Amino acid sequence: MSFSRETDHGTPPALATGKTVTVTIDGQRLTLPEGTSIMRAASLAGGSIPKLCATDSVESFGSCRLCLVEVEGRAGYPASCTTPIAQDMVVRTQTDRLKQLRRGVMELYISDHPLDCLTCAANGDCELQDQAGAVGLRDVRYGYDGATNMGQAKDQSNPYFDFDPSKCIVCSRCVRACEEVQGTFALTIEHKGFESKVAPSQGEDFLGSECVSCGACVQACPTASLIEKKVVETGTPDRAVVTTCAYCGVGCTFRAEMRGEELVRMVPWKDGKANRGHSCVKGRFAWGYARHKERILKPMIRASVDQPWREVSWEAAIAHTASEFRRIQQTYGARSVGGITSSRCTNEETFLVQKLIRQGFGNNNVDTCARVCHSPTGYGLKTTFGTSAGTQDFDSVMQSDVILVIGANPTDGHPVFASRMKRRLRQGAKLIVIDPRRTDLVKSPHVEAEHHLPLRPGTNVAMLTAMAHVIVTEKLYDEAFIRERCDWDEFADWVDFVSQPARSPEAIEPLTGVDAGEVRAAARLYATGGNAAIYYGLGVTEHSQGSSTVMAIANLAMATGNVGREGVGVNPLRGQNNVQGACDMGSFPHEFSGYRHVSDDATRKLFEDAWGVALDAEPGLRIPNMLDAATDGTFKALFVQGEDILQSDPNTHHVAAGLAAMECVVVQDLFLNETANYAHVFLPGSTFLEKDGTFTNAERRIQRVRKVMSPLNGYADWEVVQLVANAMGLGWTYSHPSEIMDEIAALTPTFAGVHYDRLEQEGSLQWPANDAAPHGTPTMHIDGFVRGRGKFVVTDYVPTDEKTGPRFPLLLTTGRILSHYNVGAQTRRTANTAWHSEDRLEIHPSDAENRGLKDGDWVTLCSRAGETTLRALVTDRVAPGVVYTTFHHPETQANVITTDYSDWATNCPEYKVTAVQVSASNGPSDWQQDYARQARQSRRILPLEAAE
Amino acid sequence: MSDDTHVMSTGDRLIYMANQIARNFAALGDAQAAAETATHISLYWDPAMRARILALAAEKPEALSPIATAALQRLDPAGAA
Repeated sequence: MSFSRETDHGTPPALATGKTVTVTIDGQRLTLPEGTSIMRAASLAGGSIPKLCATDSVESFGSCRLCLVEVEGRAGYPASCTTPIAQDMVVRTQTDRLKQLRRGVMELYISDHPLDCLTCAANGDCELQDQAGAVGLRDVRYGYDGATNMGQAKDQSNPYFDFDPSKCIVCSRCVRACEEVQGTFALTIEHKGFESKVAPSQGEDFLGSECVSCGACVQACPTASLIEKKVVETGTPDRAVVTTCAYCGVGCTFRAEMRGEELVRMVPWKDGKANRGHSCVKGRFAWGYARHKERILKPMIRASVDQPWREVSWEAAIAHTASEFRRIQQTYGARSVGGITSSRCTNEETFLVQKLIRQGFGNNNVDTCARVCHSPTGYGLKTTFGTSAGTQDFDSVMQSDVILVIGANPTDGHPVFASRMKRRLRQGAKLIVIDPRRTDLVKSPHVEAEHHLPLRPGTNVAMLTAMAHVIVTEKLYDEAFIRERCDWDEFADWVDFVSQPARSPEAIEPLTGVDAGEVRAAARLYATGGNAAIYYGLGVTEHSQGSSTVMAIANLAMATGNVGREGVGVNPLRGQNNVQGACDMGSFPHEFSGYRHVSDDATRKLFEDAWGVALDAEPGLRIPNMLDAATDGTFKALFVQGEDILQSDPNTHHVAAGLAAMECVVVQDLFLNETANYAHVFLPGSTFLEKDGTFTNAERRIQRVRKVMSPLNGYADWEVVQLVANAMGLGWTYSHPSEIMDEIAALTPTFAGVHYDRLEQEGSLQWPANDAAPHGTPTMHIDGFVRGRGKFVVTDYVPTDEKTGPRFPLLLTTGRILSHYNVGAQTRRTANTAWHSEDRLEIHPSDAENRGLKDGDWVTLCSRAGETTLRALVTDRVAPGVVYTTFHHPETQANVITTDYSDWATNCPEYKVTAVQVSASNGPSDWQQDYARQARQSRRILPLEAAE
Repeated sequence: MSDDTHVMSTGDRLIYMANQIARNFAALGDAQAAAETATHISLYWDPAMRARILALAAEKPEALSPIATAALQRLDPAGAA
């Protein structure tokens, strides 16, 4: 793709009414949806009416007066952005009078604008410049001697963009984008008339304000007033390639705007069906890690982890890896080795890693990071509905009347989707939040939850069962739906269970700590408020009853008939960019791609025929089982692609002991991550900018990842895996990821229609995409559940065994923050550290006071598993008795604290409930200092010259 | 659980997992819960883990709940290795 701006029709599409009107614009007859603006109609007809304050990402405003038109039979010159077309309307957009008026308007703008176009960073990419040309402005009669707004100080506080008020034309596009697109309301126009000025929050600079740096304002700005620092530094781009973000599970698509091989900026793609032209601070700006100086670009090996790394050639590293795995298998048996696929890598790469393990290692010891996040989603939704995935697309939320968010903090974790959700809430949908913390959704500008149920961590199942109790005992369920779609006998068993008095809101109030009346009101709203959708995150899954909670959610949706159409459903907000895809691709030790059990003879034969080897019919080891087996001496080698289990997985001591017990740990990554401290081989990885492939987001949407620059390390990750496979004698011959996808499609019924040419035609496809659904499946279970009849599952509340007591009286729950992603390996190597340079411990003022702690104090956080130190953040966002921290920084190693307790069905760790004590501290603990020393020691590198 | 620092051995963890699975199926009634627990372990545990839990069931029967014990009696020892 060469460089051109995306078409801007000036105003958004009209709300669908099903009616059309016919108009004539500049002699051209057009039939368009009722409510379309004249400006948009003219644009759709191929014309362009001059404009400044209008852009199609926000509602029309009508302030610049540049888009005036003439309408036959109407007096004056209406603004085309605010005037809808009408039947038989005749519009003229170019007349002598209009030209004169527009030139006059533009003259006024330019009279108060710096004329430094040749040295301006937006030269050639400035709408003001373009429109001055479009209206034929040749002279400014007013001179520049009078009062102007020029010469004002720039606000350069934001690490990614500058604000130059001198170049601002006060069109309010930035203010409206912040309100309508992002929903943060951080910007305003302060003062009046000539003094009018864009201002973040109240007299603050951008960095110190409520601005979340989503970039919507920068994108909306028609001048260089808000502009990316990178554009100022590099110049404007000369080509653009559409690709998919490698951060969270929303899967935003961006135009990677390039100058040669240098990335100038990532601009959210308006045609992207997941993000609809919006972005967050991570995807929009935090990609600098791709060229960070700490990237490892040469393969390295060492005999033991106390030695420094030796840089070696790719040939030597690959040969060493293959020979070590073969040696270990010959010594300890076929099942003594395994691997971990990456949710940050592409579907094609993930498929190849599990293929390497199944075909090459000859076992099913493959797992993925979903083990520690959404494995309960896979189990719970497959059991109840028949498919291990969410039911809706993101657009569906715009049809919801009631939105129930449980155990999710979308404004931080899935910010672009959260903006859509907030837009729907501003339109009047009702919100229920079930979360121990008062997340931003509970109350933020123009959004307030109807009910916030701040339950005690670990009581999700009790809470959801109590809501079911209300729905059943008050007969609020949808009997027709249940009789038609679900197993009635199982429903009857479930009714018997949930209707018992012990499951009532009043009975469980002492467990959850939530007022029974609020629970009853929330249940009634969910059941009777119209289209009701449930969105959930890791606050559901990362519990000892994570799978039970997912099934309890599914029970509620089935009982109320909220499955199988737009606006409803059960929607897991997946964490990593390709965690859905990694699961789809057969990354679990019991399943082939498409969630088919390895013991199924027919499925196994399909793969055996394709791969030419006999495959293991027994399930393999999950990550925690691999680590247990390692400490027991039966598991000896691990291939880890793009995951950092030492930082992300629970009970760091246990993970470290398992890794240390292995004879060969191979890490393929961008950086020397924490796991690499225990590795014997390091294979440099490539970024999402350096390879082709696909990611699958939380709405099952398969989208292309496109290479925009050459891999610094020389190879895309799939090529490295192929080199290892071939060194082990597997004879793979893929020349492009499209060939891998063709193999996936041939072996996976839900992906049968997914090929690169189809993705180019459709833009994206939501699986299942096959002969039955050639255009994909935005909404699941429309005519019936995938498993046949929906299955109600009795979900008995079983309290966690992780108990508070005198030594550990508080409950720790962990999570993440907007500016960082997962273990922070990428975002810590960007300017996002400006917002979050360290993990902090959120603690309620009363708990802090009882311990003599003040905001910013160093504290020791101690559990039965271990202890660490970090600084306190005193806040009433957390309830008394609950503390919270993030896990983005290895200096903190929050997972030293978390325990081995896990979900009963999937071993997903119980990250959200750890009994802890908090006390004053003087600084980093002995363990932290020892760890830092060991990490430094482990990261020593002997360069290639010295090594050979 | 006491307030003592608690680190499970692999054997203890397998026993804990078997009991935890059994407990979560308990509401189905003993017979069905045992059947579901056995199926779950067959589907999701690797053969070495199944062999180990069968050995532990023989070694420390008191450590397992009645449902877990009944479930393990349904496992095919030949499939666990």
